[in-house]
Amino acid sequence: MCVTILLEMKNISIEFPGVKALNEVYFSTNTGMTHALIGANGAGKSTLMKVLSGAYGHYTGEIYIDGKKVDIRTPKDAQENGIQIVYQEVDTALIPYLTVGENIMLNETVNDMGKRQFVKWNKIHKKATEILTRMNVNISSKTLVSELTLAQKQMVLIARSISKQCKFLILDEPTAPLSHSETTELFRIVRELVKEDVGIIFISHRLPELFEICEEITVMKNGEFVIKETIADTNQNRIVEYMLGEKLEEQFPKYHVEIGETVLSVEGLHDIGLVKNFSMHVNEGEIVGIAGLVGAGKTEICKALFGASKVTKGDIKIKGKSVKIKDPSDAVRKGIALVPEERRKEGILVQESVSTNLTSASLSKFSKFLSFVNTKEEKKISIEMIKDLGIKTPSEEAKVQNLSGGNQQKVAIGKWLISDAEVYIFDEPTKGVDVGAKKDIFELISGLAKRGKSIIYASCELSEILGITDRVYVVYDGEVAKELETKATNEEELLFYSTGGK
Amino acid sequence: MNTANPVPNTKPAKKGFELFEFLYKYGTIITIFVLIAIFAIANPSFIQGSNIVNILRSISIVTIIAIGITISLSVDGFDLSVGSTVSLSNAVVVSMFVWFSQNIFIAILAAIGAALLVGAFNSFMIVKVKIPDMLMTLATMFIIQGIALTYTKGATVSQNMIMPDGSFSTGVIPPFFAKIGQVPWIIIIMVVVVALVHIFLNYTKHGRYMYVIGGNKEAARLSGIPVNKYKVLAYLLSATFAAIGGIVLASRVMTAEINSGAPYLMDAVAAAFIGLSVLGAGKPNAFGTFVGAVLIGILSNGLVMMSVPYYAMDIVKGTVLALALALTYYRQK
Repeated sequence: MCVTILLEMKNISIEFPGVKALNEVYFSTNTGMTHALIGANGAGKSTLMKVLSGAYGHYTGEIYIDGKKVDIRTPKDAQENGIQIVYQEVDTALIPYLTVGENIMLNETVNDMGKRQFVKWNKIHKKATEILTRMNVNISSKTLVSELTLAQKQMVLIARSISKQCKFLILDEPTAPLSHSETTELFRIVRELVKEDVGIIFISHRLPELFEICEEITVMKNGEFVIKETIADTNQNRIVEYMLGEKLEEQFPKYHVEIGETVLSVEGLHDIGLVKNFSMHVNEGEIVGIAGLVGAGKTEICKALFGASKVTKGDIKIKGKSVKIKDPSDAVRKGIALVPEERRKEGILVQESVSTNLTSASLSKFSKFLSFVNTKEEKKISIEMIKDLGIKTPSEEAKVQNLSGGNQQKVAIGKWLISDAEVYIFDEPTKGVDVGAKKDIFELISGLAKRGKSIIYASCELSEILGITDRVYVVYDGEVAKELETKATNEEELLFYSTGGK
Repeated sequence: MNTANPVPNTKPAKKGFELFEFLYKYGTIITIFVLIAIFAIANPSFIQGSNIVNILRSISIVTIIAIGITISLSVDGFDLSVGSTVSLSNAVVVSMFVWFSQNIFIAILAAIGAALLVGAFNSFMIVKVKIPDMLMTLATMFIIQGIALTYTKGATVSQNMIMPDGSFSTGVIPPFFAKIGQVPWIIIIMVVVVALVHIFLNYTKHGRYMYVIGGNKEAARLSGIPVNKYKVLAYLLSATFAAIGGIVLASRVMTAEINSGAPYLMDAVAAAFIGLSVLGAGKPNAFGTFVGAVLIGILSNGLVMMSVPYYAMDIVKGTVLALALALTYYRQK
């Protein structure tokens, strides 16, 4: 056994335009153990690890390794200090049409070639194979990365990290895309590495996992350090309490709405990916929440309901009648609307004007003779909508890319208000939206319910789920973990079920 | 984590920036006028009415083809097979007259029908098999070029041509068909095509949908727009305009030469891309494409008058295209 090395991060602060992402954070861990880092969404876990791995250079504070102060400002600095990171999106770090060996030894071929011009292939494959054997992974170093499964790609990335001297290895939500058996395999490798005196920092939302694999745990909340504990001396409920802290006060309008008959019901929905056996129903005038952490499958569920992803099995009924939703255009005709999560990518046309955006889902209403668009009518309704929703824009002709996030979201919602659907699906509607606009959006959603519309509200912000919904389905790993009445539940219970509690 | 999106600065930052915006919007049109002035000074006959008609006539086929490309660009596609489609429809329409003695309607319908098959093939491979637009239409370009050559057995199709069996072909091209390629009809056809497509893209639901698809395919899909249907439509239209281009070409030269459409491809692509920036549209548009074609037409005509050899012409055209693209893409940064 080597001597254990201590890593300490002291008073780490970092700011991005408008946000203080980290505030005087303290973090410490040792080599030869697995340390869990946990916090709700937006707590600053990934940001802290990006600081440690050199991805963000503009932080303040100090980092000590083995008692010596080190200056880490670039990924290269971090690697020289023996810190490696494996990000969640493995595909961004791998080159698919190169072999496993070449990918593992990429850093060497890029940085350590010196004056040599020719690559020694047999040496590369030999060394890569050595590392893979050390990890006890059975992949040939000559396989193409594009032929690997997601879990295998992760292994390749871990192999790359330990191909150089590696004292600390950060794994950013490594288990999110893995199946159960793949997770077991990953844990085996993590344990092997710990035996070899590597310090693992393990970020995950899944509490049971962390309790299985880790020895210490650090909890973060709102960009601040909360507590560091040893796993043996704590339990899952206590960690959940630390993650929540005191509750945020937020203004949720509450109208009294008569809840009517079932409008949309889903039975045993499966898609080609994450969603398994998903069942739910939503009634007239009801706001139903889909709660779950990032990666739990909320977005996938919303897309499956909207016909935007391939559904393999399951029965969807609208007002009691079985229907098949082929594609989004079919869903729109059947009265379903989706406000997607990735607003800039999926919800709005940044290059187009506000009015073009607002009418894009309902243009048929404004075009009659020979499909000509009635621009006068379009303008009129756009101005009305801008006023109704309080969209802050110089005019209906302004390009949407110049509006703020909250106002862009209002445009994304507004386009469905004009089209007048029956069921509205909102996927993380408050993401990246400022407090004032958030309130407007809540008002809007409650207003829709009051008009007898059915609302499906998917969010990882549990306080919002509690504030606005009538009933909630907690989702874990693409499945409904629990159905709860909002009135009779609390944030702890929601978090308990969304982190895989049973 | 919550790294806030910085709000883009909408106010023009400095004077230099505004100048660039001005150039972006009006650069092409200013260039046209500057060129006219230079050529007119160099050779006064350049601005005579007959020469202007000459220029318009010379750009009409390019414009019609470029309009097809513009439509494919509007859905964020790119149809490179239009050149070959021009050759094909040219060969089909002339052969219908010369080989099979068909009437004008059948000949034109056959040419458009052949082109629609090309469009259908393109759109199937792009929409269903999901091959990237440019690569697929590049492949189609070769296939159709080969088909057109095979159809004409590598020969130029013309009246009184020698058939493989040694006899002379007996069919004639009707005089009415010959009118299409002559002034004023050829120019009228071009103007009508530009106007119709301009109206289609800007004032109808379908045009709007196409721009929405071109702007953000995923958002379009999630807005309930049948994206695939419109992509198919775009490639069918693009092929149709290529066919019209081929028919007009046939009428103009009264023959079907081998690979007659190929030289038009690059000019048409250039016109469509120059058109992106005209009047600050920032997207493919029919009027801009027309202006782009005018720019290229004036350049060609003027340079010929100034005795620049024909073989050096492509250097100038290519440079103009590079400049126009620089204007568009430098700004997007």
